[in-house]
Amino acid sequence: MTDLLPSGHPRIDHLEMRGITKRFPGVLASDHVDFDVRTGEVHALLGENGAGKSTLMRILYGLYQPDEGEIRLNGQVVSIQSPADAIRYGIGMIHQHFMLVPTLTVKENVALGLKSSRSFLTDLDKVAARIEQLAKLYSLDVDPDAVVWQLSVGQQQRVEIIKALYRGAALLILDEPTAVLTPQEVDEFFVILEQMKRDGHALIFISHKLHEVIQLCNRVTVLRDGRTIGTTKVEGTTKQQLAEMMVGRPAGLQPTKKPLDAHEVRLSVRNVEALNDRGRPALRGVSFDVRAGEIVGLAGVSGNGQRTLAEVIAGLRPATSGEVSLGGRNVTGLSPRRVMALGLSYIPEERMRDGMIREFTVAENIILREFDQPPYARSGFLNQAAIQRNSRELVNSFNVKTPSLETPAKNLSGGNIQKIILAREISRRPQVIVAAQPTRGLDIGATEYVHARLLEQRDQGTATLLISEDLDEILALADRILVICDGRIMGDVPRAEATAEKLGLLMAGVES
Amino acid sequence: MISQLFTEAVLIGILTSGIRLATPYLFASIGEMFGQRSGVLNLGVEGMMLMGAFAAFYVTLTTGSPWLGLLASILVGTLMGLAMAVISVTFQAEQGISGIGVYLFGLGMSELLFKKMLGTVETVSGFRPLAIPVLSDIPIIGPILFQQSAMVYLAYLLVPVAWFVLYRTTFGLKIRAVGENPAAADSLGVSVKRTRYMTVTLGGALAGVAGASLSIALLNVFQQNLTSGIGFIAVALVYFGGWRPYGVLFGALLFSMVNALQLWIQALNIPIPFDASELLIMMPYVLTILVLMFSAGRVRKPSALGAIYERGT
Repeated sequence: MTDLLPSGHPRIDHLEMRGITKRFPGVLASDHVDFDVRTGEVHALLGENGAGKSTLMRILYGLYQPDEGEIRLNGQVVSIQSPADAIRYGIGMIHQHFMLVPTLTVKENVALGLKSSRSFLTDLDKVAARIEQLAKLYSLDVDPDAVVWQLSVGQQQRVEIIKALYRGAALLILDEPTAVLTPQEVDEFFVILEQMKRDGHALIFISHKLHEVIQLCNRVTVLRDGRTIGTTKVEGTTKQQLAEMMVGRPAGLQPTKKPLDAHEVRLSVRNVEALNDRGRPALRGVSFDVRAGEIVGLAGVSGNGQRTLAEVIAGLRPATSGEVSLGGRNVTGLSPRRVMALGLSYIPEERMRDGMIREFTVAENIILREFDQPPYARSGFLNQAAIQRNSRELVNSFNVKTPSLETPAKNLSGGNIQKIILAREISRRPQVIVAAQPTRGLDIGATEYVHARLLEQRDQGTATLLISEDLDEILALADRILVICDGRIMGDVPRAEATAEKLGLLMAGVES
Repeated sequence: MISQLFTEAVLIGILTSGIRLATPYLFASIGEMFGQRSGVLNLGVEGMMLMGAFAAFYVTLTTGSPWLGLLASILVGTLMGLAMAVISVTFQAEQGISGIGVYLFGLGMSELLFKKMLGTVETVSGFRPLAIPVLSDIPIIGPILFQQSAMVYLAYLLVPVAWFVLYRTTFGLKIRAVGENPAAADSLGVSVKRTRYMTVTLGGALAGVAGASLSIALLNVFQQNLTSGIGFIAVALVYFGGWRPYGVLFGALLFSMVNALQLWIQALNIPIPFDASELLIMMPYVLTILVLMFSAGRVRKPSALGAIYERGT
């Protein structure tokens, strides 16, 4: 091996972060953390939300300055004051939320911030030629002239990688890179990463998806509460071991399920058609039933009508035809308020936008559904004593970690916000729960908590429709699995017969 | 009668005035467009124009040189733009409100300076029509396009220049990126603040020139509230033009042509229903609102327009 990468830039043989400490007001985000990565390896940085992964990587990329500790690049201590410094040292970062300008072309996005060979004029033709060269070297299929917003998420990620390579990145920080990809895109992406590893790049892979860490990475460092729990070789390590290191207690086990005990049909959807936000047909004749005591999973690739379906059931979006019944009663066209009053609980996909009011306090968000009914209100006056009492009870019984009941909801972590929504929706003893992406973006602890609560509801006889893009989640919880593709139900598979492969084909629209 | 409008002389007159009247709108709107493309909504254009108009007028009056007057308006506009940048970029004040503040400051300050330093409405000999050899002799087109003042030519020249800067230079690329996704630009080492400072200051300078085009080229007077809303229309024209230089040009021309038409209808004493000349004066504004209504959603505005950027949020 030479010391040069295929891109022509020098390798980073060894990068070390030693004793990194970072304090924010009231929080110790990193507490003497050690981390290192070598050429030709993928090193996973694993930890729950808030464990300090992002802080550590933001320090490495020059977005934050550490209060203590040092960074050594090939043995030399370096000071990284800004992303520009990081780029100069050959460090690139692929952010979880892509740092692309959607209205610009691929080549404009790559050229942005670079010195042009034509001084103040852009040199986009040159940039495009170099992009094509890099694309060939790294098998990254990308059209330099395409406008970014027209690209798929997978393609946009490739643009991000090219952007980093163009700037000479020898070390790439990948911040939860698979969170937004479909299973197929993840496979393609891993092929690219494997090649980069072989070519001598050093890769840091931030994730909390254990099977991906095991599939892709050589070593893994686990962080918890800002501290290094340990660094270990991935080979010979199990998912359970990693999960325990992450959470600090036995975790990562499949939830235990009681045998199915389904009863009468509680939610019935018949030939429903509906339009999406852009006025295009999003549901094309959807029919299914959910019975008391069962969880029905709705699997599918993002954007195939799941959100529209949830909104139609919740009364938030009109159906253009068809019928939705709740407990045998036709609720099509009723207002959300009426539908909820008839026993529907809704856990929306966009929890920050549709599930709560960010500026409202924890207590206010907990009573949001029934704020105008006893005991929370009488004759139009809020009963603060009852609100405090009940919300304190719910905060305790749902393990919500909040400084106080008066804390604005926006200050809580995603997991705690979801617990507040669960507390509000489950404590009403609903007939039917529609849960859309209930654990998206949550850490292991919070995910397990949500799963346990949903299973508890199932065992108590609630009918649950679980809409999720996470197949593992569907397979873990559902008794029966519907697969949606392009607004049609492609299959209705009992859990015992469901495999990831079979569901994957249905998700891709292949008729069974 | 209405047929009076359809003589060659009157039509040429209307078109000539239309071309002329677009001048302040072009300067102000193109300047505003740069700010908005980088994400800053500057509602203070009107105030900057007033200050620029006063500075240009006063310097021209005292020195006799409209070029020095123009320079003065650029200086004053630059300072006003810089002030807006300090308020909205460094101190991150709500852009709409701080713009109104800057407007009110410009309105009051220019009036104060007018009273203290001039006292009465005077006229000045500003930029004169400058016939371009050969071209100005072309029948019809000649008098319409090529017998205007230097300020008018500059305004129209600004359009392709603005286009070139926006789409062919690294500075333009930075502007477009910062206005759409400042976090992305920042992650690549593009300074969001510096880019916005530059565009807002440039916008201020051009607003100053827009004011000068009124006080030392089109009207050759200064009085209180000389601009009477032109700066606000200029902001609307940026939306109207879809944040593109040629779109802004189209908007400015459409607006000014209708304005010229109504001025000529008044000048020719053509009878209007109900004798309401106010209805005529409203025409260009009504038209602007109508076009804005029907063009809404046709083009996307810069995603980060009006949003404060702070790293890591």
